[in-house]
Amino acid sequence: MKYKIKKYSLYAALIVGILLLVSLPSYTSSYRVIFFTNILMYVILTLSWVIFSGPTGYISLATAAFFGVGVYTSALFSVTLCLPLVIFIGGIASFCLAFIVGSLTLRLRGMYFTMFTFALVQLISNFANWYEVNITGTVGRHVISLDSIIIYYAILVVFCLVLLVSYYIRHSKYGLALQSIGESEEAAAHSGINVTLVKVITFATSAFFMGAVGAVMAMRWTYVDPPIAFDIRLSFMPLLMAIFGGMGNVLSPVMGATIFAYLEEILTTKFPYYYMLLFGGAMLLVIVFMPRGIEGVFRKLQKNNRRESVEKI
Amino acid sequence: MILDIQGLKKCFGGLAATANVNFNVQQGEIVGLIGPNGAGKTTLFNLISGSIAPDSGAIIFKGRDIAGQKPFRICRAGIARTFQSVKIFSGMSVFNHILIGYLFGDHKDGISGRGREQAAGILEFVGLSEMSERRAGDLTLASQKRLEVARALATRPELLLLDEVMAGLNPTEISEVMELVRKIKEKGITIIMIEHVMKAIMEICNRVVVLHHGEKLAEGKPEEITQNKSVIEVYLGDLTCLPSEK
Ligand SMILES: Nc1ncnc2c1ncn2[C@@H]1O[C@H](COP(=O)(O)OP(=O)(O)OP(=O)(O)O)[C@@H](O)[C@H]1O
Ligand SMILES: [Mg+2]
Repeated sequence: MKYKIKKYSLYAALIVGILLLVSLPSYTSSYRVIFFTNILMYVILTLSWVIFSGPTGYISLATAAFFGVGVYTSALFSVTLCLPLVIFIGGIASFCLAFIVGSLTLRLRGMYFTMFTFALVQLISNFANWYEVNITGTVGRHVISLDSIIIYYAILVVFCLVLLVSYYIRHSKYGLALQSIGESEEAAAHSGINVTLVKVITFATSAFFMGAVGAVMAMRWTYVDPPIAFDIRLSFMPLLMAIFGGMGNVLSPVMGATIFAYLEEILTTKFPYYYMLLFGGAMLLVIVFMPRGIEGVFRKLQKNNRRESVEKI
Repeated sequence: MILDIQGLKKCFGGLAATANVNFNVQQGEIVGLIGPNGAGKTTLFNLISGSIAPDSGAIIFKGRDIAGQKPFRICRAGIARTFQSVKIFSGMSVFNHILIGYLFGDHKDGISGRGREQAAGILEFVGLSEMSERRAGDLTLASQKRLEVARALATRPELLLLDEVMAGLNPTEISEVMELVRKIKEKGITIIMIEHVMKAIMEICNRVVVLHHGEKLAEGKPEEITQNKSVIEVYLGDLTCLPSEK
């Protein structure tokens, strides 16, 4: 009973939250809209990262590669194709790349996988650079720019999709499979799970959303070159944000990414020189004192409450 | 005949962990697999369940050669196993272990299907109902081993491979597991069990296969095996001084 009330109030909060986001452009300045677009970008990257890396424990640093592929797709097609199609193609391109990369590397465990995904970003970035310089003879590209409100709504749609997909995966049998793979791949395989397929498809699905958000962001930036598109910071941010928020349910990474991105935005404008230092310090504190993120703190509070009420009785 | 192993061979480097092993298992039997440490018993299970591929030889399960297939395919074909050193999903609930076995063991149902009732039934059967919501990593070794058996049963196997499910358990727990194995047999599931606890082998196995240095040393009824000179020499002779024999 109590559980149901909690569940419904959560749904209600979610709907109110999404309505607020939908109506946002009508009550704030366009600066705020761009600000929220940035935050949503981080939220989407974090959520998609958590889809695969959360349950399986395979720490991927390829986020920037998949994001950048989306950015370049947008640079190639934004002139000829309509927005939804560009976003979709950006997602599919990243999906395909992740599928191939995943098939080759998801047999690597632990550090090796992480290092490979890190190298992938450099590899693709350098390849793009080489191609632009030697074949097309340019350094950067111009992307058709769109109104910031349209971009905001595009991002919002991608956000709702990734939220739905995360929720679906987590509550389906594939969520169980992913979790069991994280615990013991061998036992999972002997329980009838096609471990390789589940890993590769999930990795590619998470890359789809990273590519899609890249395709949208390219149109906000109007000019892209490889260092912008394949910015390695975008590989580390989602990981840190996920640790900060926690990964026990769908909303924790959303919360983590929002607060984190908000702080980053404030710190960069207020303390442009010390911001990295402050940031690093804050991150250390989080890892030491909140090993399970914001979610862990909430859990602890809940437990304490329960204990107190038991003691009163 | 449910399983027929023909000329199975597997080498690790220069060491033949399984060297030309032949034997078969009849529907509904309990076959014991014994032998000294390093004899190649677990390797044989790894070959049958698809963890590793044989260098040569055939594993005929219900008329089809399954040698070298992927573990998930072999599981879905109807062979389930447990592990000598338990491999559970520590952070997950007992119930979810069973659900995974049920949902993926032959992959037709979604999560909201009949899986939950079935899983509850299996927990009841192995006697873990009360621990349904417990974290698997918090269970005792005996319960964890039982959980592995339950997860294997949830995949609805026709052949169950038990790798030392009694190792590390106390005498009471051992007799409980023996009871469980008998109950599984009554459901019509064929069992191959690796075990060092000779009492269990003697009491519940229909037939025993003895491995030594990767080769089959002897095969026969439990009474015959205990009289076999070469078996006594390489295995049973030492075993009398082991505590598990008491
Ligand atoms: N993956 C592997 N790589 C290399 N050698 C292996 C591997 N697996 C097993 N072996 C070797 O093969 C031999 C047989 O091992 P196996 O685990 O099958 O023995 P066992 O009969 O199960 O013994 P125990 O009673 O101790 O469990 C051993 O010498 C072992 O070291
Ligand atoms: Mg063994």
